[in-house]
Amino acid sequence: MTAFFVQTLNGLASASSLFLVAVGLSLIFGVTRIVNFAHGSFYMLGVYIAYTCATSLSGALGFWGGVLAAGLAVAVIGVLVEMLVLRRIYSSPELLQLIATFALVLIIKDAALAIWGPEDLLGPRAPGFTGAVEIFGRAFPTYDLLLIALGVAMLLVLTALMKKTRFGLLLRAATEDREMTDALGVNQKLLFTAVFALGSFLAGIGGALQLPREPATLAMDLGIIADVFVVVVIGGLGSLHGAFVAAIIISLVKAYCIGLGSQTLFGVEFEFSKLTLVAEFIVMALVLVFKPNGLFGKPIIHSQTSAAVELPLGKPSNIQLGALLAGILLLAAMPAVFDEYTSVLATDVLIFALFAASLGLIIGTAGLGSFGHAAYFGLGAYGAALATQAGFGFLSSLFLGAALALAAAMVFGWFCVRLSGTYMAMLTLAFAQIVWSIVFQWDAVTGGSNGLVGIWPPEALSDRDYFYWTTLTVCGVGVLVCWWVVYTPFGYALRAARDSTVKALAIGLSVKRLQWAGFALAGGLAGVAGAVYVFSKGSISPEVSAIPRSVDALVMVLLGGINTLLGPVVGAAVFTYLQDTLARSTDYWRAVLGAVILLLVMLFPRGIVGSIKQFAQRRRAA
Amino acid sequence: MSKALEVSGLKKSFGGVAAVRGIDFHADAGEAVALIGSNGAGKTTCFNLINGQLTPDGGRVSLFGLDITGRSPELLFRSGVARTFQITATFASMSVRENVQMALMSRHREVAGFFSLATSRHTVAANELLADVGLSEQASRPCAALAYGDLKRLELAVALANEPRLLLMDEPTAGMSPEERNALMRLALRVCRERKLALLFTEHDMDVVFTHADRIIVMNRGRLIAQGSPSEVRANEEVRAVYLGSLHV
Amino acid sequence: MSSALLQVKNLSARLGAAQLLFGIDFEAHAGEVVVLVGRNGAGKSTTLKAIMGLASEVSGTVMFSGQSIAGLEPHTIARLGLGYVPEERRIFTGLTVAENLEVGRIPSRSDTADAPRWSVDRVCELFPKLKEMLDRPGGQMSGGEQQMLTIARTLMGNPRAILLDEPSEGLAPIVVERIAESIQRLKRDGLCIVLSEQNTHFARAVADRAIVIERGCVTHAGGIELLEPTHP
Repeated sequence: MTAFFVQTLNGLASASSLFLVAVGLSLIFGVTRIVNFAHGSFYMLGVYIAYTCATSLSGALGFWGGVLAAGLAVAVIGVLVEMLVLRRIYSSPELLQLIATFALVLIIKDAALAIWGPEDLLGPRAPGFTGAVEIFGRAFPTYDLLLIALGVAMLLVLTALMKKTRFGLLLRAATEDREMTDALGVNQKLLFTAVFALGSFLAGIGGALQLPREPATLAMDLGIIADVFVVVVIGGLGSLHGAFVAAIIISLVKAYCIGLGSQTLFGVEFEFSKLTLVAEFIVMALVLVFKPNGLFGKPIIHSQTSAAVELPLGKPSNIQLGALLAGILLLAAMPAVFDEYTSVLATDVLIFALFAASLGLIIGTAGLGSFGHAAYFGLGAYGAALATQAGFGFLSSLFLGAALALAAAMVFGWFCVRLSGTYMAMLTLAFAQIVWSIVFQWDAVTGGSNGLVGIWPPEALSDRDYFYWTTLTVCGVGVLVCWWVVYTPFGYALRAARDSTVKALAIGLSVKRLQWAGFALAGGLAGVAGAVYVFSKGSISPEVSAIPRSVDALVMVLLGGINTLLGPVVGAAVFTYLQDTLARSTDYWRAVLGAVILLLVMLFPRGIVGSIKQFAQRRRAA
Repeated sequence: MSKALEVSGLKKSFGGVAAVRGIDFHADAGEAVALIGSNGAGKTTCFNLINGQLTPDGGRVSLFGLDITGRSPELLFRSGVARTFQITATFASMSVRENVQMALMSRHREVAGFFSLATSRHTVAANELLADVGLSEQASRPCAALAYGDLKRLELAVALANEPRLLLMDEPTAGMSPEERNALMRLALRVCRERKLALLFTEHDMDVVFTHADRIIVMNRGRLIAQGSPSEVRANEEVRAVYLGSLHV
Repeated sequence: MSSALLQVKNLSARLGAAQLLFGIDFEAHAGEVVVLVGRNGAGKSTTLKAIMGLASEVSGTVMFSGQSIAGLEPHTIARLGLGYVPEERRIFTGLTVAENLEVGRIPSRSDTADAPRWSVDRVCELFPKLKEMLDRPGGQMSGGEQQMLTIARTLMGNPRAILLDEPSEGLAPIVVERIAESIQRLKRDGLCIVLSEQNTHFARAVADRAIVIERGCVTHAGGIELLEPTHP
């Protein structure tokens, strides 16, 4: 019982920081409708800046001044980011916004690497709160008690700010309808910048307060952002009290999991301390099934970002079919000009072409935003690798890998299609994190962080050219399936559901079931790509299902152009080439990649193929 | 003969506030019935209870004697109910013909099809429906390029693809000029008579209502306060007091 | 007559490839109600949005009390004394009536000397119904009450002119009558009102002059006899 009580206090202490960070994201989202991926990076910067202050100025001033300085410095960074980047993309589709803020994550991470280096930095303890008090016979840090008190105090302060001040009133009004608020004489730009300053300040403080409890590391950004997404989704986007309650729920769930440690249930031993991520995502999934807008959230009215008007598809023309045939022949003839390096690169391109095309199917045709497509790629890869280790042949392993991805996409998709827009994007991301954490932590089966090695194709395919042709066949068929589906009645039904859900229902379409089927199909095809991938590399590690890989796929689709058939394939080729070249030429390739993504989102939101098509249409019209 | 649409004792509350407090009315095959009332009178709620957007707390909706109370929009479609929307809802990325083909594919339960081209399905039937509403010449155009009045016609063609027995039109003429309004209502009435389907529509334009409806149902504060022919309703004291006012004499 | 309070010259607007307005011209004076009539999609709402800085890709001249407001942002225009009441009413549903009114208040306007001064008490006098429901959330109001609130909210900014988009849309005829009475009162107080309207009964009841817009162009301008049923 005392253990339970201590874990509860531990959980509550962790909840305070999480609440501060989450409420910042939530406030920013409420007003600007931007889900700021870089919010986790702001938190990370808060920890680092507090570290620098606390170690360069010693004592209470260094520490507590550092907390304040971290908040203010991060607020300034937030304001700069808002004014330089986000102002340009407020009216972009939300997927583009998410990707742009992810580009910021990459840039900030490399900036932190350049300033503070790759080592973990352990900060000092808080002056005045270094001791412990005895609670039920156990020592409990006084600093943790302080954190609990601070969390409650911040909730009260923020509540008063929202309810009692004109600033809070305007924030609430703008959360509902920012254009109307503008027309009533409220300067939106100023309001947006102000809310960004406030939200970033809270993230910075939240980070700085964690310094005595955990070291500053470069992995904190994505680590906290996953938790923060879970908290705001459970609490309801834009809800202050929701963020508070959800932060407590999530922190307690984690604390209890750690407290349970290793337990035997039904004869199976469970490492609960390793299931924290899984546990919190299960809580989130359950909440969303029963309360699709979170515990305290209101339905989000999605501003209709005017999608580029697509021309009707019709039948594939003879020219298109001819070009397709020529393309296939050209690709098949490629090994004639290969050296070892281009052969590997071309194989990668084919694999990622299928990965991107399958994502394009859900994003473009079905209009569903998936931010966790790497889950299915990764499951396909691990499924195939495990099957091979279990003694299955090459084709059976490919099949089993794809089947695993399909099965997972069916389970996860069932939840995901019940949500829309931002919530759906976050849930897909959450599921991908579950997959990642299972793969990462289940050492006995997946090899944990080391992954699995020695997964090679059979002798007959060990020649690079033969493997290229095999990849071309498998992935080529996969891409053709993605393209063909668009022309079929099923593809039309998906598009109907995307264009007008109410109308689709009124003409008897089972929208959710259609979307579920589309999601599962795309997941299965991504699994095929993942399965081929593992054989091309001979090994596999958890990164294949991590957030950056999901973002890679999104960038490929956007780079090529959403709602174009060729786009994802072209995007995959360009992106794979770029990434490969960058990674070999600079240590800071992430930042360069981030900058490229930002430029792309701001200058060519329609992507390569989309821009060419638009140009051609304009010329025809002129 | 059983009534095409029969509504009895229909009730709905939202968080303890009664929006519809027990409504009874009917519509016959080949008859155009208008449902009117001010905002908040329960008209929209009542309409949404019939079209499946909302589930009633009590009461019964039946179609030719078949109980269709609380059916989802998808199931209502399968039962022979079609609807058009106040804010025109069409599939903007498709051509005009493909919009109709989509409804035909759904009706013939072909949407799980993976092995055929969607544009080749039911072309003849789609062309006939488009001819019926006067959109033959626009059939191959992108639906996004249509004028507002033509979009309304397209919605009607899509609704008719299901050979409905009951057609629900929510504010069919909202946002149209007087001439367009009358043309659309004449078209709707013609298909209603020819196809012997019951037409129930809500409408704010009293000129349209009094010109085109065979029968008018007036709601106020969740109750039905009058029903009858246009002249009967126009003469009704209570209707004038709570709804029509003096602008319409 | 003295120079107009609001002057619109050669106002054009596009949305992507589609041109919505083709050189709209009209003007409105203090104490005058001008109605823009025309079918849906003709460009009435777009005209009002373009004046208010809420439309994209706008060109042309808009003068408000002698100052060019073309290209300014909505909040700047609102602060100059031009109010906007949108077609969909756009009440803040999670805010109470009183809070909605507070959002509409523009605290730092300096040039209000010649503009009517509004307060919560005064708007409640104009719309007595609002007084009984100051603490009610905007989401729990009927359409007519919301229409009153949205007008009152805009008045709280002490405008000298207001743009009213389809104020009678979706309202019971009897409520429309009440809105018409309020508009006449505002006009008597010297407010300049430009409204778009499809309901010709209502337009005739309140307007001094009518501008007919078709396919983005002004086709007729003149007295309200334009609105007689014999006219197009």
